[in-house]
Formats: sequence, structure tokens, C-alpha cells
Amino acid sequence: MIFKRLLKAIVLPVLLLVLGTAVNAQDKVVTGKVTDSKTGTGLPGVTITVKGTKTAVQTNVEGVYTIKVPAGATTLLVSSTGFALQEMNVSGATANVILVESTSNLNEVVVVGYGTQRKRDLTGAVTSVGSKDFVKGAIQSPEQLIRGKVAGVQITSNGGAPGSGSTIRIRGGASLNASNDPLIVIDGVPVDGGVSGSSNPLNMINPNDIENFTILKDPSAAAIYGSRASNGVILITTKKGSRGKVKYNFSSQFFGQTVPGTVNVLNADQIKTIVGTKGVGASDMAKIGTANTNWQDEIYKTALGQDLNLSASGTVMNGKLPFRVSGGFLNQDGILKTGNFKRQTLGINLSPKFLKDKLKVDFNLKGARTTNRFADEGAIGSAISFDPTQPVRVSSPRFGGFFTYIGTGQLGGPPTDLSPANPVSLLEMTNNKSEVLRSIGNLQLDYTLPWIKGLHANLNVGYDVQKGSGTTVTSDSAPSTYRRRNIVNNAVVNAGGVNNEYEQSRQNLLGDFYLNYANDIAAINSRVDFTAGTGYQDFLIKTKNFPDRRYDKSVISTPVFASSEGEYTLISYYGRLIYTLAKKYVLTGTVRTDGSSKFAKDNRWGVFPSAAFAWRINEEDFLRSSKVVNDLKLRVGYGVTGQQDGIDYYGYLSRYTASNNQANYQFGNTFYGLYRPTAYDPNLKWETTTNVNAAVDFGILNNRISGSVDVFYRKTKDLLSVVPVALGTNFSNQLLTNVGRIESKGVEVTLNATPFKSKKFQWDIGFNFTYVNPEITKLLLNEDPTFKGVPVGGISGGTGNTIQIHTVGYSPNSFFVRKQIYDAAGKPIEGLYEDLNRDGIINENDLYRYKSPNAPVFIGFNSSFIIGKWNAGFVSRINLGNYNYSNFNSSNGVQRQILNPLGWLGNASTDYLNTGFVNNQYFSDYYVQNASFLKMDNINIGYDAGEVFKGARVRITANVQNVFTITNYKGLDPEVGGGIDNRIYPRPRIIALGVNVDF
Amino acid sequence: MIKVSIKIMGGLLAVAMLASSCNKKLDRFPANDITAANLYTSEAGYKQVLGKVYASLALTGNSGPAGSGDVARIDEGTSDFIRLLYCLQELSTDEAVVAWNDPGIQDLHNMNWGSSNPILDGLYSRCFYAITISNEFIRESADDKVAARAIANAASIKQMRLEARFIRAFAYSVLMDVYGNPGFVDENTPIGAGIRPAQITRAALFTYIETELKAIEPDMPAPRGNEYGRADKAAVWSLLSRIYLNAQVYTGTAKWTEAVTYSKKVIDGGYALLSDYRQLMLADNNVGNTEAIWTLNYDGLKSQNYGGTTFLVNASVGGDMDRTVSGLTGWGGLRATKNLPLLFPDFTGAIDKRSQFFQQALEITNVSEFKEGYAVTKYRNRTKAGGFGVDPSRTFADIDFPVFRLAEQQLIYIEATLRGGGGDATSALTYANLIRTRAYGNATGAITTAGLTLDFVLDERARELYWEGFRRTDLVRFNRFTDGSYLWPFKGGVKNGTGVASFRNIYPIPAAELGSNPNIKQNTGY
Repeated sequence: MIFKRLLKAIVLPVLLLVLGTAVNAQDKVVTGKVTDSKTGTGLPGVTITVKGTKTAVQTNVEGVYTIKVPAGATTLLVSSTGFALQEMNVSGATANVILVESTSNLNEVVVVGYGTQRKRDLTGAVTSVGSKDFVKGAIQSPEQLIRGKVAGVQITSNGGAPGSGSTIRIRGGASLNASNDPLIVIDGVPVDGGVSGSSNPLNMINPNDIENFTILKDPSAAAIYGSRASNGVILITTKKGSRGKVKYNFSSQFFGQTVPGTVNVLNADQIKTIVGTKGVGASDMAKIGTANTNWQDEIYKTALGQDLNLSASGTVMNGKLPFRVSGGFLNQDGILKTGNFKRQTLGINLSPKFLKDKLKVDFNLKGARTTNRFADEGAIGSAISFDPTQPVRVSSPRFGGFFTYIGTGQLGGPPTDLSPANPVSLLEMTNNKSEVLRSIGNLQLDYTLPWIKGLHANLNVGYDVQKGSGTTVTSDSAPSTYRRRNIVNNAVVNAGGVNNEYEQSRQNLLGDFYLNYANDIAAINSRVDFTAGTGYQDFLIKTKNFPDRRYDKSVISTPVFASSEGEYTLISYYGRLIYTLAKKYVLTGTVRTDGSSKFAKDNRWGVFPSAAFAWRINEEDFLRSSKVVNDLKLRVGYGVTGQQDGIDYYGYLSRYTASNNQANYQFGNTFYGLYRPTAYDPNLKWETTTNVNAAVDFGILNNRISGSVDVFYRKTKDLLSVVPVALGTNFSNQLLTNVGRIESKGVEVTLNATPFKSKKFQWDIGFNFTYVNPEITKLLLNEDPTFKGVPVGGISGGTGNTIQIHTVGYSPNSFFVRKQIYDAAGKPIEGLYEDLNRDGIINENDLYRYKSPNAPVFIGFNSSFIIGKWNAGFVSRINLGNYNYSNFNSSNGVQRQILNPLGWLGNASTDYLNTGFVNNQYFSDYYVQNASFLKMDNINIGYDAGEVFKGARVRITANVQNVFTITNYKGLDPEVGGGIDNRIYPRPRIIALGVNVDF
Repeated sequence: MIKVSIKIMGGLLAVAMLASSCNKKLDRFPANDITAANLYTSEAGYKQVLGKVYASLALTGNSGPAGSGDVARIDEGTSDFIRLLYCLQELSTDEAVVAWNDPGIQDLHNMNWGSSNPILDGLYSRCFYAITISNEFIRESADDKVAARAIANAASIKQMRLEARFIRAFAYSVLMDVYGNPGFVDENTPIGAGIRPAQITRAALFTYIETELKAIEPDMPAPRGNEYGRADKAAVWSLLSRIYLNAQVYTGTAKWTEAVTYSKKVIDGGYALLSDYRQLMLADNNVGNTEAIWTLNYDGLKSQNYGGTTFLVNASVGGDMDRTVSGLTGWGGLRATKNLPLLFPDFTGAIDKRSQFFQQALEITNVSEFKEGYAVTKYRNRTKAGGFGVDPSRTFADIDFPVFRLAEQQLIYIEATLRGGGGDATSALTYANLIRTRAYGNATGAITTAGLTLDFVLDERARELYWEGFRRTDLVRFNRFTDGSYLWPFKGGVKNGTGVASFRNIYPIPAAELGSNPNIKQNTGY
């Protein structure tokens, strides 16, 4: 505030004085103020030109200008990016003007990677979401800002733990074993991977600092990121320093998180009845306790959180240094007791220009520190299977006073072997904390070369460093780790427990240099935009290895190496040409070659070309004058991208790896550490994805209705897959190699409409629809019909059981199950399955592929309303045709779970009442259920209180997240990443109240 | 202005050049790993790989107890050689059932396995892992390579190389017995992707193993002349006698005489039965063990995995059993069908000490119920003095697993003699009674020549060698594995037992192998 007053007091008079003295006598001096039609505030940096002359000035920080108008001139042109050009006649000495935001986004510039592009020239599938369209509410992680907003982009949160991340899939992912995560680039710095102690690498970014998301969905758009773009690219641009006077923003949200529901398990009375009727005589009855405990109620709570943000943005040093500084603080408890997440963030952006604006500098520095306390999520599984007739606490002080099954006949009476740990003890007797520090920074220099018009050079150097460290501590009286005690000569020397440290760091460095030439060549009615560049990226991950220690810090085992390290490097050369003819025909061609240290010399370099064409039909004569059609564009594109993310850094290298100290081998009386040759494929090479995209973009009725329809076909070949190899030909029975193909076909529809618009009332609707259908078309080196596929999708229950399979001709991760037979009443008959191949034997040859966890159709639907000073909106999502396997019911919905054969009672899913199964029937298709859903993600309401205090504009918001879900699925939450529903941390319902002050 | 521009351009270009001159940075090597050239620089380096050659049959990976498995497509703990061998050789027979639901495990006792069974895939992969590691060692220890590397003690490496050939022959012998006609690789087979070895017939594989063993035999150390845990001449002879005993099954041609010859060499090799049968499978059975010929070695702290003897002890403890008897925590899985305890004169071991059972329900109606079927307490992680193993958490066993022990060789001698191998009948009776006397603690168990029949040998092998991985092979040799002449509870998936098709006398080649190597054809019937 002081700064602001200072500006007012000093800068403005000086400015006026300077300008005033320069006026010639015969000229007329006009002054005025340019304001924004929407906010009513002054607009800085607006260019005022005297029509027909080269005389031009810019408005100052307050939006005020002063211009000398030669005698005879009558018209001023007022122009500013993002606003409609306006002309005004000057008669007097004062001319105020109100600028209206341009409704057509034709001149809008989109970040496309290594530069920007005019939106109208786009030839690829690119979607841009600006901050005004972000999902509102208590958003802790950036990706949540666009969930449900973009066709083809699926964002599934990994659970309800504070600070937890999401799985992002663009058009369903293109790989089987390599990564399916899109490349995320923040201000030109590709970021990836988290470190130990960080549950989500993106949560280190403060969502409040983000200005824009641009999603490059097809390779013709993304190919400029060649090597890393197979799964699409998400470009995140953070807020920059604004022009004009320094403005401040303070925003704060307080939110409560409630438990949306718990899974259905039996209560104490039901357990008693079942043990009475199904138990084996008195010994089982004797195990029944006297309590009536709802274990899930014991582990969850309603949790609070708060989010505070303060930012300052403006231009200082005589308008030479635009800056933005922001700080944020988030403190959030988890609904699972003891969990907590805190985040402090700092963001700095400086974007000065030097040498008469020829040298543009963009400097970004982001720092974040998070501290986590991780609640032991094992408590969730334990709470749903723990005997409800037992109490939480008992009078005995042993095991922290928590009820525990105590074994007999052993030294000191440890907990019964393999017995479940008291869920509350898991939470309260462990203390797992971490601290993660991260900084992302870059310095971008863009220099306009003086010799050739339209040529500029760009250098970008950046880094992304992070370090996570933490401790896992479990009390030495905790039942879960009691067994870690040290016994010497039949006496306990050290009690058990855990007291371990961990530390991991990542250091990613980036250097990029390109030349760009962009110019209109009037002679041939063309525009040429050419870019050529090179880049270097290095990724280093370091893990410190610590000894395994008991609570008293006595050592159980020591690591062989003090630390381990992995590093890989990418070097790239790229070029892009955008050629526009007659403003109607746009041709984009890119080529990029990448070298990766993950491949041997001969296979290291991959070449990734793309070509795309757009026809701006609305620029044709027959449409140009149309009052109905404002925009109509046809796009077709083809591109090839490469993939090497998500695989072993050294998969091509022949090498030997040392064993740890628990895998030694005894010869004579000596234990030897071992060296093992590692499986490798010397011919490992790039996985490549080819994509064809065709689309129509349109805007009609003054862009009141706009949208696009994309159809795409994508084929990934030479999949980096882990597949069986002929035995004896490598140092494992399977190998990461290039084999297989996966194909997807899809349709995306985006529709935005403003059905009603007036000064006081506006109604907007956004709708997006995606259909994507991936299919594996080749899997093995040798297609053998008896080979069923690569089993995936490990489940809880038994050892090493899997429920999904990759098979040629099917969607990846299809469920692989037995066909259940039902009785007349529709009840599944235990152990009775259809003999599908009719060979008289029920075995693994009777498993069949039944449905997939991938939703072939997903839809986002959102709407917003403005009524005077009020606004309201909602965001919802629909997934159709996705199936889940209820691992919770298959493992817990059986009698065996109650009358546990290892000697204690447990609790079962209420599904046991439906099936009456005695033993687990893991592979019954009964457990595969349709999990289509409609989720109301967010409902928000806001009130613009206007200028409550002098110079302070206040907005108040309220919203609910995870409002409701409509589904037929029987489990707690139908949205399960991967489709195996098993003990998910419930996603809380969040109710948030916020205040936002601009001053 | 232009000067400034040039400077700026120069600066930018310099940085760009720097970046692009970094192409050599594309050669990266992991920090803690080592190349062959740097590893095989001394005898010690060779020995650390030889350790892995042996450990490929004893451990499951590079990180004990689990975390970096050697073979995939299967839970790492289950991928252990002994655990897999036990599943295929014992669970498919009268000697064992399991309560668990691990993938494919119930199909073994039900005798309805198919070629995608993960346990079948597991043992095939495990044996080939041992073969491939052996091949690597054999390649790297070739005379010319050792000479070129100027290793100090070349003779020691020559010896190690013979042992690697022995491990390879042993692994092939298991493949020959279980799968019949596997793929074939040796040290000349390259390492890579897309390489497709040829298939070998069971008979040709027999010849290969026999030839290899005879080739290495002369230069192997004398019986008990090598370090504990490493193979010697007696190990070679033991494997030869074992394959000769089953030669008729493998090749159609009996080799009883050779079985007699080689078992006799072992018997005369200076071994003696332990005085107490119940001390054979204890935590400190590596100490003073006069009976073991070659063992796979475990230690509760230094050689951990979830297979091996850790599996044999834990899996057989559950229900109401006192955990201190076997000394480990117990996973509640394995029991015997009633056929096994019924081979003994009593269930308590009062008469025949080999009868080591925890008595629960003798009859099984529900295979998944641990309390049905007698539990077996043969493997106990207790010491002879009554102490516990070295792992305070009582999860991991210290018991070394005898792959070959004297009693088996004596039983081979007896059987081959009875079948016409030309052995000495008196010696055969003597060996039988040595085994019986040790079992009974006195001479009351002794038998006469009239009692020494082939049926007796089959039963005696069960009494002596149960749960050591022999039963399926024995039943096949006696034609009692698949057909209806000999039944046990839940044979063929039926409570009272039923015969199944004879093609199940060998297991199928795993589907994953067929899927990656078109040269391999499936066994008949599958």
C-alpha cells in the first residue's frame, strides 16, 4: 500500500511534467483515461495512435494518456491486445474511452512449445484453459484446476489423502509398459517425477500462481517435444508481472473435509450370529469379544484446512521491470487421523525488456517446501477387517494400551503371528514425517536480431531440483513391528519398532536455444514462421541408503552402498515451419531428432516428423461476410512421436549388480556378496507413436456457440514392453524390449455456448465428450494362439494373483476371470464356473476376458451463471462403460474372513450376506461390476462485493467439492484408477469458504 | 548497437554450442553397477558370480528377502527353486495339499493344470535362470579369457567352471524330469532379444546331461573335498545315479546297472547316516552333517527369501499348532493327505521317528481348511541344542536343504538292484536296514530279503524322503501317478480321488515359452 501511494505521489506528476514540456504550440494536447469495460479500472499499456500518423503513446499505470494531436487530425486509434480496436474522434482536450474485451479470440496467442502461435493459425489439437475457466474451490494440486474441462483429458485423483496426486491420461495413453503420463512443462521447464516423501510432484506448485494450461493432444501439435510427447504435453504458464501500477491480491480459503461414506462391513451383532451358526463349536464362540466397535469411525475424522495466498504484481523501476511475487501457505489435515500436509510456496517472475525492447527477459523462480505427516494407510484395510466385537483400548498398558492379539508360549508374549494390527494403533503409534523442498527456475532471453526483420534468438536455461527426506518412526511397543526386536540367548536385547530415515533428490537441468523467424511476406500474400533449435536435458536422481533400525536406533541391517544414483540425458535438434497463405491456408511442418542415453549408440537417435494443414474456411469469400459463421476451420494432421520415459535408464547395457546383505550365499563358513548379470536388450530403441487427427473448429452467432470436433487414430509400434523372452536367452524370463502394437481410435467433441447474455445476466455452458477405444494389436515376438497374454493387475488375496491381462485384440488391462454360475434365485454358487472350452476340466483355460477398467466414453459438463454481482457454477463429469473389480468384496466378503483359519475372528464385507461364500472366489466375474458414474465435482457460488474499502475490491466465494455421485456401482466410490477397488483412501467432501481481495 | 548484438548473439551461440557438444554425455553407466571387464579381474570377482550361480537355486533375487527378483511373472517368494519344485513334485501327489489360493496352486493337486499355470512357468523359468547364469559364468571363465585377464589363481577358476557346468546339468535334469522336452541353450547361445533356441528331446537331453557330468567328473574335487555348499565328485555321481534310476522314463531304455554303479560310488564316498533322523532338517544342520552330499544353504539373516526352507517350515505351520515347535511364525498352508501318515506304524513317531506329524483331522473335506489333514513337522528351525534360529523375527529359516543325501543314494542302490541292475542283494538289504534302524532307533524295524520288494521301496522312499521333492518322479516311475491304480484324497479334484489322463506324467511347456519361441512344440496331450 505504501508503494502504491508512492507511485501516485511521485511518478504521475513527473510523467505529466515531462510530457507537458514537450508539446509544440501548434499541436493540441489531448488527455484521457482508458478503462476496462468489465472492471472499470484503468488499463495500462494501451497504445493510442493518431490515425494517419506515426505518433503514438501508451497509457500509464493508471490508464491515463496524454498525446499531442497535430492540427487537422481528428481520430485516435486505441488498441490493446485482447481488446477490440476502437476509433474515437477528438474534439476537446479530454477523451476517455472504454475498451471491450474482444469476443473473438482470433488474435489470441497460444503457447505451443518453443514459442507461441496465433490461435487462428493452429493446425493441431490444442486446448488452452485460462485462469478464468479454472475449476474453483479449495484446489491443492494444479491438475485439479482443469479436471473435467478438456475433451480427451482424464484426471483421476489417486485418493483422498492430503496432498495426494492424480493420474493424468490424454486420449487414454499410448503405451503398455513405458509411461502413459503426459509431459508437463512449467514455464518452459519440463518437470517430472517426485522424490521420496512427496506424494505428488505437482503439488509443489501453488495452483494460485498458474495463469494458463495449454494441452497439446496430438503429435502434430506435440511433435516439437518429439521424444517425450507420445502421451501429450501439458504446458503450464504461471502468472507474470502485469503492466501498470503494483496491485496486490490476497486470497484465503477455509475448508472442511468430511468423510463421504465408509465401506459396508458387518457389525458386532451380525458377527456374533455368524460365529454362532457357522463357527466350529465353543472354541470359536470363545473368541467373541464384548465390545461393539465401528473401526472405520475410529480412524476417520472431519478435517479442516486453510489456504492463504498473497501476491503483488506490477511494474517498477520506471516501468522497466514488470514483476510478480507471490507467497502461499496451505495447511490441511487428512480425514484419516494423524495425516497432515503443509505447503509454503514462493513465486517470483521478472520480465524486463532491454535494448529498446529488443532483448526480452523472462525470469521465473518458484520455490516450495512441503511437510507431510503420512497417516499409515494400512489402518484403512485393517479397520474393515478387524473384529468389531473387540475394543479399541484395553486396561493393559502393553502395546500402548491398544487391544492386540497376544501369542502364547513365546518369549515376552508378542502379538500373535500374522494377526492384524489394531487399526487405531497403526495410526497413533507411527509417526512418518517428510519434508520436501523443490525449486523450479528458468531464465529465458529472447533477442530480436537487428539485421533481419522478424528474426529473434531465444535461449532458455532452467532447472528443477528437489529433495525429499523424512523419517518413519514406529513405537517399540506397537504390535505391527513388535517382532523386530532383537533376541540374544533367549533374552530381549532390543525392543522392536522402527526408526528409519530416507532421503532422495532429483536434479533436472535444461538448456534450450532456438532461432525464430516470423514475417509477413506481402508479395506472395504469405506469412512464414520458422523455428530451429537445439536442447539439452539431464536428469539425475540420487537416493541415500540408510540402515534399517529399531525404535532405539539399534541397527538391523545396513545397506551395501551409501547411495544410489541414476542419470539420463536427452539431446534434441528441432525445426518447425508454419506457412500461412492468404490467411486461409496454414501448413505446419516439424521435425525433431532426439538422442537418449537410454539406448545404445546405434539406436540412440530417433527422428520424429509431423505435418499438419488447416483451412480457415471462414476467410473464404463465401463465408467472410456471413453473419452466422464467425469461425470455421478444418484441420488435418499427422505426426510421429517417440517414447523413452518410464523405462529403465540402462536397459541396453550389459552389467552386473551387487546383492544386498540379506542375499549373500554361504560357501564353507563364509558368506559372499553376489554379483548378478542384469537382463538387457542391446538393441533397445525408441517406441514410436503415429497419430492422424482430423478436426473441425467452429464459432457461430458471434461466437456465442463455438467448439470443435476431433477424430483421431493413433498407433504405437515397437512398444517398449516387458514381454516373455525365449528362456535361456537373457538373464530373466522377461525383458524390456521393442515389441507389440497398440492402436486407439477416438472422437472428441468440445462445445461452448452462451445461451443468454446481457449486461446483468450471463449463462455459459461447456461440454466435452471423448470416446477412445484402445486395443492391443500385437504383443509378442511370436504370436502363439495358446499364449493368453501378459497378466497384470495384482490383487490383494493369495500370493501373486492378478486379475487383468494384456491380450491381442482386447483393450489393455481387460479383466481375466471365470464365468460365475448362479442359482435360480440369482445367487452365485460358490466355486461353480462355466467350462468355457468344454473340455470337462475347469482350469485356467476357462478364464475369459470380461470388460475393462477404461471408460470408452467420458464427458465433462460445466456451466456458470452471472447475475449482477453474483456468480455460480458447477463442474460435473460422467464416465460410461468403465468396470471395476471389487477386490474388497472378493477378499473380504467371505466367511473365511470372519472365522479366520489362522486363529482369530475378523470382519467381512456385507457382500458376504449376498453370496454366503465360505472361501474366496477371487476370479469370479461376479466381482466385476459396471462402475459408470456421474460425479458432481464442484458447485460454487461467488459474490462480488465491489470496492468495500477504498481501493480494495472484495469477492466472497463458497463451494462444495465432491458433491455427489450417481452410480449403480456397489462400492464406496466408482472412480478407481486401474479398476481394482481395494481399500482406497476415501475422497473427502470439501466445503470451502473463500475471500479474495484486490488492492 | 551492432556490437552489443554480436556479443549477445555470440553468447547465445556459445551456450547453444556447449549444449550440442554434449553428445558424449549420452553414454551413461549406473553408479553402483559394474561391467564384466571390471568384475572379472580377480579370483574374488569370479567367486562372487559363482556364488550367484549356486544362489540361483537357493535365493530368489538380489535383494533379500525380496525386492529384486531373478525371474518375473510370478510372486518373488514363490519363484524360489525349492518352493516351486515342492509344489510340482509334492502338491500333485498324495504327500501334500495346500490351503492357499495362490495362482494355479490348487490345480496341481487337482491334476487339472494347463500350460499357463504360473507355478509351472515359474520352475521352468527358474531352472533356465540357473542355466543362463551358469552359461554366463562358463563363457567368462573360458581359459582364453582367464588368461587374457591374467587372473592369479587360474586353477581355482577352472574348478569353478566345472561347478557351473554341474549346476547347469542339474537344472537341466529337473527340466528333463518335469517338462521332458525344453528348449536348449549353452554358453554359445547369445544374450539378447528375439533369439530362438531349438528344442531338445527328453532322450537327447538325457545324453547331454550324462555326457556333461562324465566330462567334468574326473576333475571335480573328491567327495567332501570342496568347500561346504559347493559340489564335488559325489554330487556328480549322485546326479548320475538319479537320472539313471529314471532313465527308462526319460529315454525308454533302462540304466539300472549304471544307477547301481554310481550310487555305490557315493555310498563308498565316506558318508554316514546321521544318527537321529529328526536332526536332518534343523537350523544347524550344516554343522557336523555326515549325510549331506550337496546342500542349498540358508541363513535367517544373511540368505533370506520367502522360498526354500523358510517356505517349508512356515507353510507347514498354522491352525492350533504351537509355533515354538517349528520355531517360525507359520503361514498355514501345507498338510499331508491321509495316505502319508498311514504309511507309518503310528502317527506320533514313537515307533518310526520319521513319522513327524501334528495331528488334526486326518480326513480332508475342505482343502482350504488348514486344520484338515495332518500337518508335517519334519522341517523345524530349531537347533539340535533346542535353541531358535538366528532371525529374531522368526520369519526366515537357517535350515540347509539337502539336494542329495546318503539315504537317497542307498535307496537308489536298493531299487536298481531289485530291478536287475546287478547290485549286491546283501548290500541292498544292509542299506535298507541301516535306514530302518536309524528310523526306529533300534533293530525292530529291520526287514528281511522277502520284505525288500519294489512296493516296499516305493513306500520306504515316501517314509524317508517325503516332502523333499521326489514323490511325483517316484510315482511316475512306478506308474502310479496318473492312472486309477493308486488314489489319494482329491487326486484329480475328486474327494476320493480319481485317475487322470496319462499325458499328465509330464507337465506342459509353459505357454509363455511357446509364445516367445516358435521352435518349441507343446508336449503331447496339452
